[in-house]
Amino acid sequence: MTKIGLIYSRVRFEEKLLIEALNKRGIDHELIDDREIIFNLTHNGYEGRGNVVQPEHFRQFDVVLDRAMEFTRGLYALEILNSWGIKTVNRAEVVATCGDKLLTTAMLSRHNVPSPVTQIAFTPEAALEAIEQMGYPVVLKPVIGSWGRLISKVNDREAAEALLEHKSVLGHYLHEIFYLQEYIKKPGRDIRIIMLGDEIVSAIYRSSEHWVTNTARGASSAPCPVDSALEKIARAAARAVGGGFLAIDVIEHAERGYLINEINPTPEFRGSETATGADIPNRIIDYLIRIAKDRA
Amino acid sequence: MFAQTISTSQTTAECPECAGSVNFSGKTMKGEIVTCPDCGAELEVTAVNPIALELAPKEEEDWGE
Repeated sequence: MTKIGLIYSRVRFEEKLLIEALNKRGIDHELIDDREIIFNLTHNGYEGRGNVVQPEHFRQFDVVLDRAMEFTRGLYALEILNSWGIKTVNRAEVVATCGDKLLTTAMLSRHNVPSPVTQIAFTPEAALEAIEQMGYPVVLKPVIGSWGRLISKVNDREAAEALLEHKSVLGHYLHEIFYLQEYIKKPGRDIRIIMLGDEIVSAIYRSSEHWVTNTARGASSAPCPVDSALEKIARAAARAVGGGFLAIDVIEHAERGYLINEINPTPEFRGSETATGADIPNRIIDYLIRIAKDRA
Repeated sequence: MFAQTISTSQTTAECPECAGSVNFSGKTMKGEIVTCPDCGAELEVTAVNPIALELAPKEEEDWGE
């Protein structure tokens, strides 16, 4: 009988469905609040008490699912668990790659998976030069972040100068890693694919009047038919970053076909579930059971 | 230690921001986020039996999916 650990920050729609499905199927599980836990990282004789957790506690789980909402917290929790030899979905290295847009694009590029033209610069001056060479408009994104937050479409030189200056005073050193992408005229939508390993669980169009088509930003969703080209690129993208439970965002380019925009390592799936009727929570649980059995 | 309980009886709780009445369906979990229908504040269920509500933490830069 599989026992599952579930690390969470908040019980969102997704976590509620997962917990309900686990209860319904009578699968033994434990919920771990990432705000309360204390990891005994070195576990070399020090015991601790209360919320201090030893590797043995986690060894009772056949697999641990990470649903932390804070990327950094989730990543470090997974790093610790993987160092203890605990199987996790996703693996820490996959989350490290997918949680960072630069690393994601680098991995996609390394594996010849098509993505939008992307330039990286480390100073506002170099970024401005890159933008001028690419031509306006250009999309400027933070390497870390989600839900379409702090993504800017730079329409002209004046906007570029202002944005780059603002970014450089934001305070966090990661804001001085300038991730610049060609602006692609999407047909008012993008595609969100939920993958479990090599399997496509759902595919939806996310449509919006706004150029940012995140459902977190109010985009609406509808089922998207999966043709062989889409299936192929989704699978290649998932494999390029190491695979797992992933949400892959795809842009349709008029001439170049499908391009991988980004990959999310702790997917929200409310829009996907509602639009397609796919039983995503139970598919996730099936996948976890499979991983618990298979992966060494 | 990290147990999570589901509240099945209580149907309303008071919003800590505006004292408005927040309704629950009967399946409420600790850690769930609800929105106050009166003032729109995002609230976190910090305990069940009885239900306790606190203002949900502000979104941080590395939050997401």
